[in-house]
Amino acid sequence: MTTELITQDLVDLDLAGDDRPAVVRDLAQRLVADGRVTDLEAFLADIDAREAQMPTGLEGGIGIPHCRSAAVTTPSLAFGRSRSGVDFRAADGPADLIFLIAAPEGGGDEHMTVLSALARRLVRAEFKQALRDASDPAALAAYISEEVAP
Amino acid sequence: MKYVAVTACPTGIAHTYMAAEALEQAAKDAGDELQVETQGSAGSTPLGAETIRDADAVIFAADVGVRDRDRFAGKPVVEAAVKQAINDAPGLLARAAEAAREPVADPGGPQAEDAEPALASKVEAGSGFGSRLRQWLMTGVSYMIPFVAAGGLLIALSFALGGYQIIDAPPVTEQFDAASLTDWAALANQIGSAAFEFLVPVLAGFIAFAIADRPAIAPGFVGGAIATTVGAGFLGGLAAGLLAGAVIAGLNRVKVPRGIAGIMPVVVLPLVGTLVVGVLMFVVIGKPIALAMAGLTDWLTGLSGANAALLGALLGAMIAFDMGGPINKVAYTFAVGGLSIGGTTSLEIMAAVMAAGMVPPLALALASAVRGSLFTPAERANGRTAWLLGASFITEGAIPFAAADPLRVIPSTVVGAAATGALSMTFGATLRAPHGGIFVTPLVGNPLPYLAAIVLGVLVSAAAVLLAKRLGRPVDPAPQAAGTAVSA
Repeated sequence: MTTELITQDLVDLDLAGDDRPAVVRDLAQRLVADGRVTDLEAFLADIDAREAQMPTGLEGGIGIPHCRSAAVTTPSLAFGRSRSGVDFRAADGPADLIFLIAAPEGGGDEHMTVLSALARRLVRAEFKQALRDASDPAALAAYISEEVAP
Repeated sequence: MKYVAVTACPTGIAHTYMAAEALEQAAKDAGDELQVETQGSAGSTPLGAETIRDADAVIFAADVGVRDRDRFAGKPVVEAAVKQAINDAPGLLARAAEAAREPVADPGGPQAEDAEPALASKVEAGSGFGSRLRQWLMTGVSYMIPFVAAGGLLIALSFALGGYQIIDAPPVTEQFDAASLTDWAALANQIGSAAFEFLVPVLAGFIAFAIADRPAIAPGFVGGAIATTVGAGFLGGLAAGLLAGAVIAGLNRVKVPRGIAGIMPVVVLPLVGTLVVGVLMFVVIGKPIALAMAGLTDWLTGLSGANAALLGALLGAMIAFDMGGPINKVAYTFAVGGLSIGGTTSLEIMAAVMAAGMVPPLALALASAVRGSLFTPAERANGRTAWLLGASFITEGAIPFAAADPLRVIPSTVVGAAATGALSMTFGATLRAPHGGIFVTPLVGNPLPYLAAIVLGVLVSAAAVLLAKRLGRPVDPAPQAAGTAVSA
């Protein structure tokens, strides 16, 4: 599979929305536009279902809405940065770094390894700093791809 | 400090791995060793048994059930939500360090029943050889108990429905009439007997598994089956299991070329291990046992004129010694052989042998009922079925107790069974049936003294077991901690 997990089209360095559903919908629309998600509403329903199990906000300003969904064709990642912060119900306040993680139903192959590598990076301070400092979507997408490459 | 951790979250995509990373980093910063098993969607590489064994504490950072949790039984465990590991991994490590310093769960605590699955697993938590040996044996026993229960209760049922002659019924494949109660009883008996065939192989197989993991299962099972074939009983099974475990553990240390390493656990180790164990079991154990049994039988026959009480005590002791093993068989065959001759003495011997054979399971059922804290939950559960098995003269009901702690249990059961044998002979109780336990009481001559002899023997054995279990407890803290983990 040559499809990158994330491309510059899936990066939004200045998210417009200021609440969780709006931000997630924004990022999800990028996945739809890129042909990675076939059914926006179904995908958002799966995201909400996962969110309802337990909020995906993490301390340190991170939100990682994610799900497995039949609407997902390709394991994908969309990244958004929010100036104002979006509440993902983490204990220490809103998130400014948001990763929307889309996994196809019944995944379990090498792509999952990539997602797991991303998850591991997210707890590293230098990775988060790079996300906050980035100014070029293409460069950032390349950086993330490189970081999570197996 | 050395830790192992398992992380798991509902979707298995993100938190599982973030928690793993956070824990690994925190451990690195603190200079600790930590290995994480991520039970997520990227597939998880299970922690090695040795890694788990060497760990000082276990961390579960999981929002969903940890898979194969029983691998960690007996270890100090710290549990937390996945997010706690991500947000405060150092704090979680500190808790784990604290848990590692404390002895594992107090016996009889609220989590007493929760600790139950612990038994069903391979555990090598203890530091001393003694406590590890005990855990190996308990592992085998815990897997054997369901077979004892299923087989024993079916056999007991068959006696209740069909009388003692049911063991002589033709195979149900040749004769089975769904309208005949006797045929149903025969069916229950034959299914139960099939289950009993597994007792020793399962015991040996899982003792071996506890010592040296999966590759040891085949050598252990086969060794146990050979123990049954050569009539070595459960003591032969214990030997086979320990032998198989030791052989595989030894073979594991042999360094092999990379090309062969891949097929070691599934082909080479089971093959070589089974061969070695099989040869030893047949040649080193099987032959001497056959000879000893023949010698013992001749000796018993020569004793026929001896003092009745003494003969009863001797037969009782033999019946209780290995519960279905060679010595038990010699005594039982001697008694049953006498039935065909007839004569009062022969009938008295049969009565003494059956009464004595009922003592071990009944005594352990009693002991585990009155002082549950001295037994593991699995043993207590087995104790509940042991009442009926003992009453049915299914001496095997006591094997799980004896296999788990032979040095304390066997002498205790022998004492009580010998007392019962001697008393039954002295009272002149007689019996014409070779089997059936309480269900053939109508065939007993002098039934009341006969039952009194059983009750007295049971009391003696139960008291002896409780005393032995208390006297022999290890005093130093480390094995005790491991011991209580098993018995908690």
